[in-house]
Amino acid sequence: MLRSAITRRGAAAVALAATAALALSACSDSGSAAGDGEAVTLEYGVWDQKQEAAMKEIAAAFTEEHPEVTVKLVTTPYKEYFTKLQTSVSGGSAPDVFWMNGPNFQLYASNGVLAPLDDQGIDPADYPQGLVDLYTFDGALFGAPKDFDTVGLWYNTELFDAAGVAYPEAGWTWDDLKATAAKLTDPAKGQFGIAASQFGQENYYNSIAQAGGEVISPDGTESGYGSPEALAGIELWTDLIAAGSSPTAQQMTDTNPEDLFFSGKVAMFQNGSWAAGAYADNPDIADKVNVAPLAAGPDGNQSVIHGLANVVNAKSDQLELAKEFAAFASGEAASDIMADSGTVIPAFDGKQQAWVDALPQYDLQVYIDALDTAVAYPVSKNTAAWTSIESEILSQVWAGSISPKDGLQQLATEMQAALDSESE
Amino acid sequence: MTELIAQRASAPISELDRGRLGAAPGRGRRRGRGPGQSPWWALLFIGPTAAGLLAFYLWPTVRTFFMSFTESGPFGGSEFVGIDNYVRLFQDPELLGALRNTALYTVIALVGIPLAVAIAALLNTTGLRGRGVYRTLYFIPVVTMPAAIALVWRMIYNGDYGVLNEVLGVFGIDGKSWLTDPSTALVAIAVVGIWAGLGTNIVIFLAGLQGIPDTVMEAADLDGAGPVRKFFSITIPLLSPSIFFVSVISVIGALQVFDLIYMMLGQSNPAMPNTRTIVYLFYQAGFIDNEKGYAAAIAFLLLIIILVLTVVQFRLQKKWVHYE
Repeated sequence: MLRSAITRRGAAAVALAATAALALSACSDSGSAAGDGEAVTLEYGVWDQKQEAAMKEIAAAFTEEHPEVTVKLVTTPYKEYFTKLQTSVSGGSAPDVFWMNGPNFQLYASNGVLAPLDDQGIDPADYPQGLVDLYTFDGALFGAPKDFDTVGLWYNTELFDAAGVAYPEAGWTWDDLKATAAKLTDPAKGQFGIAASQFGQENYYNSIAQAGGEVISPDGTESGYGSPEALAGIELWTDLIAAGSSPTAQQMTDTNPEDLFFSGKVAMFQNGSWAAGAYADNPDIADKVNVAPLAAGPDGNQSVIHGLANVVNAKSDQLELAKEFAAFASGEAASDIMADSGTVIPAFDGKQQAWVDALPQYDLQVYIDALDTAVAYPVSKNTAAWTSIESEILSQVWAGSISPKDGLQQLATEMQAALDSESE
Repeated sequence: MTELIAQRASAPISELDRGRLGAAPGRGRRRGRGPGQSPWWALLFIGPTAAGLLAFYLWPTVRTFFMSFTESGPFGGSEFVGIDNYVRLFQDPELLGALRNTALYTVIALVGIPLAVAIAALLNTTGLRGRGVYRTLYFIPVVTMPAAIALVWRMIYNGDYGVLNEVLGVFGIDGKSWLTDPSTALVAIAVVGIWAGLGTNIVIFLAGLQGIPDTVMEAADLDGAGPVRKFFSITIPLLSPSIFFVSVISVIGALQVFDLIYMMLGQSNPAMPNTRTIVYLFYQAGFIDNEKGYAAAIAFLLLIIILVLTVVQFRLQKKWVHYE
């Protein structure tokens, strides 16, 4: 989900002007007065079309409990979602309840855009700790965790069988990963063991945690890139490229590494839980892939956890109802609806089994087990300001034009400067 | 203001407009009424355009100017910070790179002008069959969506599977990853930019060429001029108003290049420091880093650069542009 924001290099048009115009025309019509029993409309802003059906079902379930309330779904494609949201918040026409992700959360919470949900009886114990932490700001919970994703190691069984190599399994270490990747590499066939792409959530955010490092301090004020552990986490990937077990950064910029995995040119590919449904639907690979836990580094095999939350517009005309809906849409009944749709893993504790069972051909339990050691997705008040620095400097590291050591020193300094200016 | 616009409208062919399409006849110097005497209904004709210009160009420009002296929050609200944004801009290490890349792109993009003149001259050859077909072929890129162009060219330039390297391979040349190599990415994008804009320029030059009177050519024939001599001594000078117009438009367009870079490279492309242009820098500041005031300062710097270069071109035209 988040991935599309941070790493996808799809070629899509930016219509900046059009987006602005769209935001202007997206006027809220929820302005009707909130009397008891009087009909009211809540706007619910979402971005994933694949989840629309489930969201409509949740909206209908809420109307059953509150017959006077209609929840109107407003879907905006992810690429424009936050640009439009920002404009509509400034213009006072943002939806009453909307989806939020980690990188953007603190920007909204710290500017007073969101209403705290502490009075909605949400029990943090019902949700993964990493998500509750992600959506807590200044000690208050501002987002009701909706779903989550962790990362697993997908592999192509056909390529493993052909090479006579054992499949990845729980307990694997980085050394196993490197050795296996080397064995599955065959330059003559243009085949690589793994795609060591410059993806944060799927790759290096995990390996930095596995090495015992951190991208950012838990309070979001200190960069962790200056540590030797972070360096080890990055070098895992750059070493794989240097060893020839992965396509080069140039190759993976030219051709999406996931496409290389689809076409059997890459044997292993780390990806989030959101990939499961897409892989099952892809006839090219559906029958020849499976997923295993991540390989362990010196400190374990942690995966980052990220998930969306339902948040409430502090300026909503129907503040109480909006808060109630946000809690409801992340609650037990709504989680059942989401789980049955098989699109995402509900964040609500104990509601994950339906998602695992939906695709019995894959070992999806891997993603649920990852919760035990999962680490929070790195964010700060203005996450985007330093992720653009991160992506630019690391692209030079990945391409080999600067050494990982020098690159990370530079990144730590520049990221720290960005973080310092946030807290001014 | 209205006075000024009304004046412009009443002058039959202003100095500026004569450059357009190169075929403007007559040497009209305000043959109509004098300034201040235009009929009231002239305002009706220019009204819609003037209103659009005011609402969508002038007003945003004024707003951007004021915005460049403020620091605005992500959700509106701003505070006046004086020239801080400009001070920061001139200390920004990325600015120099962006200026260099933009200048380089502009210089390469100008190669498109002689290319378009040459193709237009060939298309204008008497007795050429299927002229319409060629004209359509050259014009197709102009009506194609930039997103589609970017997508197709990304595939062509792909280092492993691209058609370009496939073709080079036939000649034993080992191609590279054109869009990720810092030394080739900008040139590769400029080539696409030239290709995509060629059609418009050709049409403008064709119109200009058809405005050249046959009698001049016949006179040259009688004087014994060959085709090359005729091209450089007659065609080019008589086409110069069109060339001038195209070069002004091309320079402005090249200075504003963004969409191709955004769509063909993507954020974590290793070649980005060598391809990032001024407008890309603006996009990054305003839409990724959430610094609207700083972005406004970048936009204003670009406006001034464009203004200066355009004024210089208008000054220089006296030296080489022949009206008739």
